[in-house]
Amino acid sequence: MARSSARILIIGAGPAGLRAAEMLAEAGCSPTLIDEAPRIGGQIYRQPPRVPGFTRTAAELYGAAAERARDLFVTFDRIRNRIDYRPSSLVYDLIDNRVIVASEGKSEEVPFDALILATGAMDRIVPAPGWTLPGVYTVGAAQIALKHQGATIGKRVAFVGIGPLMFLAAHQYAKAGVAPVAVVVPSRFRSFAAAGLRLLQMPREFSLGLHWLLDLKRRGVPILFGHRLAQVLGEETVTGITVRRRGAERAIVCDAVAIGYGLQSETQLADLTGIRFAFDPARRQWLPESDPLGRATGRKDVYLAGDGAGMLGADAAEARGRLAAHALMTDLDISHVTYRPKADLETIARATQLQASLRAAFDLPADFFAAVSDETILCRCEQVPAGELRAIAGLMGAREMNRAKSYSRIGMGRCQGRMCGHAAAEILADKLGVSLDSVGRLRGQPPIKPVSVGTVAERKA
Amino acid sequence: MSARMSLKSDVLVIGGGIAGCATALQLARRGWKVTLLERDQAGVRASGVNFGGVRQNGRDLRELPIAMRARAMWDELPSLIGFDGEFRATGNLRLVSDEDRAVQLDNFFTAATKQGLGLVWLERAELRARYPWLSGKPLRGVLCPNDGHANPRLVGPAFAFAAQESGATIIEHAEITEGWYANATFQLRALDNRTFAAPVLVNCAGAWAGKIAGWFDEPVTLVPEIPQVQVTEPLPYRIEPVLGFVGGDFYLRQTLRGNILFGSGQGRATADALRSQPLPESMKRGAQIAIDFIPDLAHVPIIRTWTGVDGDTSDGVCVVGPSETHPGLFHAFGFNGHGFLLGPAVGAVVTELILDGGTSTDISGLAIDRFRPRRKASAAPARAQHPDEETEASAEENGAQSTDHCPVGVDQHKQAADSQDAAERDQDR
Amino acid sequence: MSEARLQRVKDQDRRLIEIIVDGWAMSAMEGDTVLVAILAQRQLLRDAPGEPVGAGFCLMGACQDCWVWQEDGRRIRACSTYAEPGMRIRTTWPDHLLAS
Ligand SMILES: Cc1cc2nc3c(=O)[nH]c(=O)nc-3n(C[C@H](O)[C@H](O)[C@H](O)COP(=O)(O)OP(=O)(O)OC[C@H]3O[C@@H](n4cnc5c(N)ncnc54)[C@H](O)[C@@H]3O)c2cc1C
Ligand code: FES
Repeated sequence: MARSSARILIIGAGPAGLRAAEMLAEAGCSPTLIDEAPRIGGQIYRQPPRVPGFTRTAAELYGAAAERARDLFVTFDRIRNRIDYRPSSLVYDLIDNRVIVASEGKSEEVPFDALILATGAMDRIVPAPGWTLPGVYTVGAAQIALKHQGATIGKRVAFVGIGPLMFLAAHQYAKAGVAPVAVVVPSRFRSFAAAGLRLLQMPREFSLGLHWLLDLKRRGVPILFGHRLAQVLGEETVTGITVRRRGAERAIVCDAVAIGYGLQSETQLADLTGIRFAFDPARRQWLPESDPLGRATGRKDVYLAGDGAGMLGADAAEARGRLAAHALMTDLDISHVTYRPKADLETIARATQLQASLRAAFDLPADFFAAVSDETILCRCEQVPAGELRAIAGLMGAREMNRAKSYSRIGMGRCQGRMCGHAAAEILADKLGVSLDSVGRLRGQPPIKPVSVGTVAERKA
Repeated sequence: MSARMSLKSDVLVIGGGIAGCATALQLARRGWKVTLLERDQAGVRASGVNFGGVRQNGRDLRELPIAMRARAMWDELPSLIGFDGEFRATGNLRLVSDEDRAVQLDNFFTAATKQGLGLVWLERAELRARYPWLSGKPLRGVLCPNDGHANPRLVGPAFAFAAQESGATIIEHAEITEGWYANATFQLRALDNRTFAAPVLVNCAGAWAGKIAGWFDEPVTLVPEIPQVQVTEPLPYRIEPVLGFVGGDFYLRQTLRGNILFGSGQGRATADALRSQPLPESMKRGAQIAIDFIPDLAHVPIIRTWTGVDGDTSDGVCVVGPSETHPGLFHAFGFNGHGFLLGPAVGAVVTELILDGGTSTDISGLAIDRFRPRRKASAAPARAQHPDEETEASAEENGAQSTDHCPVGVDQHKQAADSQDAAERDQDR
Repeated sequence: MSEARLQRVKDQDRRLIEIIVDGWAMSAMEGDTVLVAILAQRQLLRDAPGEPVGAGFCLMGACQDCWVWQEDGRRIRACSTYAEPGMRIRTTWPDHLLAS
C-alpha cells in the first residue's frame, strides 16, 4: 500500500532535514519542512539574506564545504515546489501527533503521521568568570556573524575552547582580516598531536585541519594549548582575558571572546515526543535513542536525523537525513527509488570515527568542571553562580538535575538550560562525586523557546 | 524476600507532601516516633510544583476555619521550617466580570466577613485606580489583603527536611501497595515488600489517597486535578496580589523574581497520575484569558509551563479528620488544587486529633463520612479479608485503567468532573 | 558607549535603511539583523532595569539573550529578526508596561 498521502513533517532545514525532504519528495511525498530560520541551510550552510549587496560566493562563505552547500541549495530549489516549506516558523510545542508552530505572531497546529526531527546542535559552553559580559559570544555566533551578516564580533577577538569548528572560525576570521589575538585551547598539545596523527587515515579532514592550523600560525596567531580561560576581563564590556597554565596567568587584550567547547545536540523537541533517551558516555550527553537508520526508540512515528541525535557533523547529517527518510518510507510502505543505505552508513561510521579522534585530540583536563569557581555565573538567564548549585547539591534530594533546578533556578530562564545545562550537570556530578549520567538531564518544557502570550492565544483561521 | 524488615513506630504517615510532612513535623516535635513513607521523593509532587497561592479568599466556608488557622501559621514559617518560604502577604484579589457571578462573590464576602476574615470590597473604579494593569473587564472584586504567595519549589521539600530534622523518619522510594488492620495495628506493605506497622496511621497520599482510604472501608473517589501553569519571562514587579476569578478557572500571580505565572484549564496525566504534561489547548486558553484581563501581557513571552497532580473530591472540599471505620486512622487529602495554603494547619490539626483527641479548629465540614456511599448496586465492595483482593477492588473503585501508558486526557477528566456536582466549581489556587 | 561592538568586514555595499533605536535614528543596512544593525554602532542591545546588560551570545536563537522591545511593546529576538526600514526599537522596557 503506497501511503504517499501520509502527513510527514520534518523539523529543521539543515543538511539532515533537507536530504530527508529530497528523498521524500522524489518518492512523490509532499513533506512539510519547518524551520525557524528564514532560509534553508541550517547553521553550517546558513545563507546571507536574499538582499542585494550580499555578494560573497559559496566558496567564500563555506570554504571547503562550498560544493556540498551548493549542491544542497540546488537540490532544495529542485524540490521547492513539491514540498510544503515553512520558513521563519518556530515549532514551540509538540504533543502526540501534532506540533504547534508560531509564525508572524500566530500559532498554528500541524498534525503529522510521521515526524523527522533534524533539529541540529549548538555550542557547548563551560562558564568562566566574566563570560556573561557583553562581547563574549559562542564560537558558532562568531561564525554566523561573519557568514550570515558579513560582520565580526569584534576587532580583536580571542577564541577559547576546543573542536574543529573553533579552528575553522578562527581561520575564517583571519582570512576576513580580523586575525584572532589568540586561540586558547585547554587540551594538552601532546594529546592533540597524538590524536591528530591518527587522523592521517582521513586525509581530507587531516589536511583541512592542518591547513587551518598552519594558516593561523603563519599569520602569527598565538595558539595556546594547555591554557585555560581564567577570566574574562572588563566592567561593562570585554577588555581582555586572562589565561592560565600550570598556575601561571597571563593577560591578553581583546574586545571580544568566542567560546565553544564543541557542540551539543538540541533535544527539547525530541524530549516532548516522549521517546527514550540514553546517556552517551563519549559525548557526555543524554541523547534521544534510535536505531542505525534513525528510528526512535519508544515511538513508531518518530525518526531522528542529523546532529540533533548526537553530533556527527554535516556530512553525516546528510547521510542520516536520507537514512531516516528511507526508514520512514519503508515503514509506511511508500515505494521509493532503490536506495542502498550502505554508502551513507559508511559515511556515518567514518564520521563516528572522526568524532572519536577529535574527542581524543581535544581532551579536557579532569578537573575542568571542578575548577569552575563558586563565584562564576553558571546560568546566565537567572544569574545563578556555580556555588549556589554546589551549595544545594545533595540537599533534599538534589542529586538530580531537575531537583537541582528547582532549588537553585539553574535552567529556569528563557533558554531553558540550553546554555548552562551541560556544565551544570558536570558540576553537580562532580560535586556529588557521582557519574554524569546519574544526575540525569533537564527536561524540556513547552514552549521550547519563548513565544509571546499573544501568539499563543491566537490561532490562524 | 522472606526476611521482611518490619519497622515499628507510633505513627505511620503515607505521603510526603506538605500535608504529610507537616504532620510528621508536628508529631516529631511533640516527641512521637513517626515514620513517613513516600513513593518518590518527599515534597516533589503537588506540594513542590503548585502555583504557590496562599489563599483564604473564596474558600468554601467549610474550609475557612482551617484555612484561617493555616494562614496564621505561614507567618511563622521561619520557626517551622527555618526560612520564610518566600511567603509574602501581597493579597489575593478575586474578580467577577458578570452580574450572575457577582452574587457568589457577594455571598462569600458576607459570610466570610462574619467568620472574621478581613476582606475589602472593590468596585470597578477602585479596581482601575488600584491596579492600572487590569482591563476594564472585571466588574468588581474582593481583596483579601493578608493572603499571598510563596515558593512551592522550596516550601514543599523544606517541610520534609524540617520533619526529618525534628526526628521524623522519612523513607523515600517506598510505595505502599497494601494496607490492612489487624490486632489494633495498621500494617503496610511496600512494593519492595518492606512492611511497616503502627497503631496510628495518617493518610496524606494526595491524589492517590482515595484508594488508600478504600483499604479501610471508606473509599473516596478522587478525580485527578492537573493544573497547568504558564511562566512568562521576568518583568518589573507590578502585580502584587494573586488574582483569581469567580466561577472562571483562571489564576495569575507575579513572583518576586518578576515572572508572571498564570493558568487555566488542565494538563493531562497518565492513568496512574504519576506523570503529567501540559496541553497546548490549556496554554492557549490561559493565554487568551490572561490578555483579556491584563492586556499588556499580549507581548510578553511565555518561557515554560508545568503541571502537577492533585486530587479532587466530588464536592470540592478536602477531607481532614478521623476515620469513620478504624480508630487510629486519620485522613488529610482531597485538596482540590488548593491545599498548599492548608498544609501547615493540616499538620497541626491532625497532630491534635491524634495526641489530644480533638482540635479547636472547626473541621466539622471536612469529615470523610460525607462520602459514605449511599446504598447502590455499584456501591464500594465490602471489605475483603485478603489484602490482595482489596487492592484490586479499590483500583476498580477508582476507575483506574490497567494499561500503564494510557493517558487520562482532558476529556476523561471532564467526564468525571461533569458527573460530579452539577454546581459550578472554582478551579482556583 | 557609542563605540561599535561588531565590525562590518564583508558585503558592505548594501542599501542603507533607517531604524529608530531608543528614539534615535540609526542607519543600518538592508539585510541586517536587528542585533547587527544595533551592535554595528553601539555596545549594548539591552540595558533594562532588572536585567543583566546584554549584547546577545549565540546568534542562533538558542540562548535568548538578545530579546529587545519594539515601541509598541512587541518583543523581538534581535539575532533572528531582520531590521526593517522605520522599525522602532527599544533596548529597555516599554515605559508603561503593566502600569498603563
Ligand atoms: C499545578 C498545581 C498548582 C496548585 N496551586 C495551588 C495554589 O496556588 N495554592 C494552593 O493552596 N494549592 C495549590 N495546589 C494544590 C496543592 O499543591 C495541593 O493541594 C497540596 O500540595 C496537597 O498536598 P498533599 O501533601 O496532599 O499532596 P502531595 O504533595 O501530592 O503529596 C502526596 C504524596 O503522597 C505520595 N504517595 C501517594 N501514594 C503513595 C503510596 N501508595 N505510597 C507512598 N507514597 C504515596 C505521593 O508520592 C506524594 O508525594 C496546586 C496543585 C498543583 C498540582
Ligand atoms: S543571541 Fe542567542 S538567541 Fe539571539
